[in-house]
Amino acid sequence: MVTAERVWAALAEVPDPEIPVVSLVDLGVVRDVAVDGDRVTIEFTPTFLGCPALEVMRTHMAEAVRSLGGEPDVRVVLDDSWSTDRITREGRAKLREAGFAPPAPRAAGEPALVQLQANAFRCPYCGSSDTHLENLFGPTPCRSIRYCDACRQPFEQFKTL
Amino acid sequence: MSARAPSRSDALLAAADDELILGWRDSEWTGIAPSLEEDVAFSSIAQNEIGHARALYELAARETGGDADALAFDREPAEYRCCPLVELRRLEWADTIARHWLYETADAVRIEHMTASDWPELAGLARKIQREEAYHRLHADMWVDRLTGGEERARLAQALQGAWPYALGVLDGALRERFRERVAARLPWFDAGGDPGAEHARGAHTVELRPLWDEMTMVRRSVPGAQW
Repeated sequence: MVTAERVWAALAEVPDPEIPVVSLVDLGVVRDVAVDGDRVTIEFTPTFLGCPALEVMRTHMAEAVRSLGGEPDVRVVLDDSWSTDRITREGRAKLREAGFAPPAPRAAGEPALVQLQANAFRCPYCGSSDTHLENLFGPTPCRSIRYCDACRQPFEQFKTL
Repeated sequence: MSARAPSRSDALLAAADDELILGWRDSEWTGIAPSLEEDVAFSSIAQNEIGHARALYELAARETGGDADALAFDREPAEYRCCPLVELRRLEWADTIARHWLYETADAVRIEHMTASDWPELAGLARKIQREEAYHRLHADMWVDRLTGGEERARLAQALQGAWPYALGVLDGALRERFRERVAARLPWFDAGGDPGAEHARGAHTVELRPLWDEMTMVRRSVPGAQW
């Protein structure tokens, strides 16, 4: 029988298409799972609206539900209920191990250039905070590029959203 | 459909069309921007703008019972509600930065207004868009700072003057005045007066829209109903 618990466990095994070290549950994009008989309704919120992985995530979540014998209904919720603060502690640790600096917590206001340009972000390789902003934008919408002046290694910084 | 429904999806389409067309223009820097960093930045900004357009079209489609892709690609150029500012094809860096900064400043005023909407889906979506746009504004501000320090200012000023009548056409009424105040506060040396002419305001289109539309809709028109 399909239960919400089994669905959550299955979704915890679905990797993010762009950063496969973290799962969709680690990322916190699954907002709700509701089970009614065989019917499984999943509400999920994309990270960035232009994220090309959105459709892939949807398909993979539907497949995970079908593998449990459920009938999936994956709903995309387009509001601000997801933020990078929803990335789990485990997810952050996995990101760091894979060489991505996890996002800073959301401050009270919008991100400011002076704050991003400060030495406030730790290098995921050597742990130094002697790093600087190279580019606000990176290989995907959710990442910026920083450079570590201590170990002389560029790294990807998850944007705070 | 309720009596107020057409006007609320009209405003949505105006914003969606702006983001789609500007996203297309931004993407024209992919591969040829003055530096690799800017190549990545404009490509990423383009991707975000088109993502916002998609979400806004989906909301508009839900409201009117239509289809988001049909709204984006199946209308004639004259039916688009985008403002002329976003249509301009200006592959000159100072012009691009001037348009980018003016548009992001105006768009911020519009998004703030949308977050206060009594339509909960729109207010929620606007709050999400607002967070993403914060990075576009940081990028635009960074460039304006960089180009106002020395002799580059004359070139930026000229580009801003060229884009200004069009920038005034992005918003109207009280929102336009709020935009004007922000420009004046940020760039005290710039003359932020005047009004847009009919050819700069929303409703008018430049001759540059048609070739963009031809290219943007080419695949969809050549293979109707194709899915990929």
